[in-house]
Amino acid sequence: MFEEPINAFHLIFSSQEVYEIALRSIKVSGVATLMALCYGLPLGLIIGFFRFPGRVQLKSFFNAMLGVPTVALGLLLYLMLVPKGPLGSLGLLYTENGISLGQSLLVAPIIVSFIANSIEAVEKDIRELAYTLGASNLQASLSLIREASNGVVLSTIAAFNRAISELGIAIMIGGNIFVRDGAYNTRVLTTAMQMYVSRGETDIALALGLILIGIVFTISSISNYIHGKLAGD
Amino acid sequence: MVRSGITTYLLIIVVVIFSLATIGCSQKDEPEVMTISTTTSLYDTGLLEDAIAPAFKEKTGIELHFIPKGTGAAIQDAKNGAADAVLVHAPSVEFSFIENGYGLSRKVIAYNFFTIVGTPEDPAGIKASDPITAMKKIAEAGREGKAIWVSRDDGSGTNVKEQALWEMAGFDYEKIKNEPWFRNTGTGMGKTLLYTNNIGGYTLSDMGTYLKYRKDGLIDLEVLVDKGEELINIYSIIAVNPEKSGRNNLDRVIEFEKWLSTEGQQILANYGLKEYGRALFYPVSQADERTYQWIVEHGFFDDNGRKTECPKKYRYGDLNFLES
Repeated sequence: MFEEPINAFHLIFSSQEVYEIALRSIKVSGVATLMALCYGLPLGLIIGFFRFPGRVQLKSFFNAMLGVPTVALGLLLYLMLVPKGPLGSLGLLYTENGISLGQSLLVAPIIVSFIANSIEAVEKDIRELAYTLGASNLQASLSLIREASNGVVLSTIAAFNRAISELGIAIMIGGNIFVRDGAYNTRVLTTAMQMYVSRGETDIALALGLILIGIVFTISSISNYIHGKLAGD
Repeated sequence: MVRSGITTYLLIIVVVIFSLATIGCSQKDEPEVMTISTTTSLYDTGLLEDAIAPAFKEKTGIELHFIPKGTGAAIQDAKNGAADAVLVHAPSVEFSFIENGYGLSRKVIAYNFFTIVGTPEDPAGIKASDPITAMKKIAEAGREGKAIWVSRDDGSGTNVKEQALWEMAGFDYEKIKNEPWFRNTGTGMGKTLLYTNNIGGYTLSDMGTYLKYRKDGLIDLEVLVDKGEELINIYSIIAVNPEKSGRNNLDRVIEFEKWLSTEGQQILANYGLKEYGRALFYPVSQADERTYQWIVEHGFFDDNGRKTECPKKYRYGDLNFLES
């Protein structure tokens, strides 16, 4: 039963297209994660640090968004980005950047929630400890951030993994476009998998799936390693 | 300690800006692009991406982007301004698309035949009957609890044809689809074939997907009915009216249509010969007299008493349109 996937692996690793698709997956979802960090990190810090009216509601909103179905978000974005839609003039439909934008909206709540929660979890103890040691308000907050850096790293990995594994946005906003040597291709690993499944070529789909799992595992391990090193210093 | 937190954040921002900038600049020398929404059954054969797009790119330098959707969704895409053309196989739907002002210069490019496939045991005994009789027999056996019909029920071209077949057999699709022997998958052809195979039922399939699944050993279903003009499956390309879509690729679409009706015809004819031992599509330019009559009957529209693939007032460009 595993003969076919093994054959498919030989086929796949000799194919330039597969590298291109895998690299695009990493790039698109990497950009999405960075974009999400850009606005998710400050939001998470603010929610974690400060007490302001509406904070609880804001936090529950992001917690709820953790489970947003990708097809629903994909459809909503499609309707927004379609040339006749409200954001159609951006020209993001069926582009890599469009997928990145959609995925960043998908994963930002992960970053916000993780960071806010990890700050809350350590806040009281650390702050008191810092004050006891004679730290100023700012210094106490910064030592908090450092303690919460676990949350930042974990949330970044979780966000990237969710982005690279999702299909709904990639297919609706990306469109699975592939032309040999094309300049505007949008095929990523998940959309390629679903295409090969519906073509009945499950062996290739399975091999692509293993590549995807490989990427997710590798990125997680590298980040854990780096984080371990940093924490050890 | 203080510095590292801020530095990290600054670093992240720099990386983001940098990567966004790289993406902005990394687009190669911007080839011309044409987006065509198409049907899944056509897309899944690989014809468009593996044969048509490379050949057309070599000839003209234009990149063809095919977006696979059901025929219904493909037309919706065009209405939303997301496509320059549609490549579909549901003449009745195409007609209203054109009549409503969305479509221009429709060209019939290829045909093949739908096929009624089913479990080899054939409990309804439809083998070698004509399509309409077969549908009647399946409904009869179904109501006796002996057979199961599987419908895609997804508004695809295949589904539109299925509805027409039920209609011709004297059934109301909207009513019959709620009967217990009638299963709706609401999904693509491949998955529907797998489901039909699992439960030992019957379904209507396009030839391309069926052959592929059969050859790969994924299904044991057999072709039970594949003769009869009712089963003809006609593929055509329609340019989307720029006034409705706000896009300005019409001349390129016409160029593509012209190419598809001339040089492209042989590519269509050859596709799948090596892999399946038979063609998956037949070019319309090579249809024999009798088949051409079927195409006229089932795939042409009435234009002041004459049958044509595209009524005169919806034509654009210097294409030759088929008339009879």
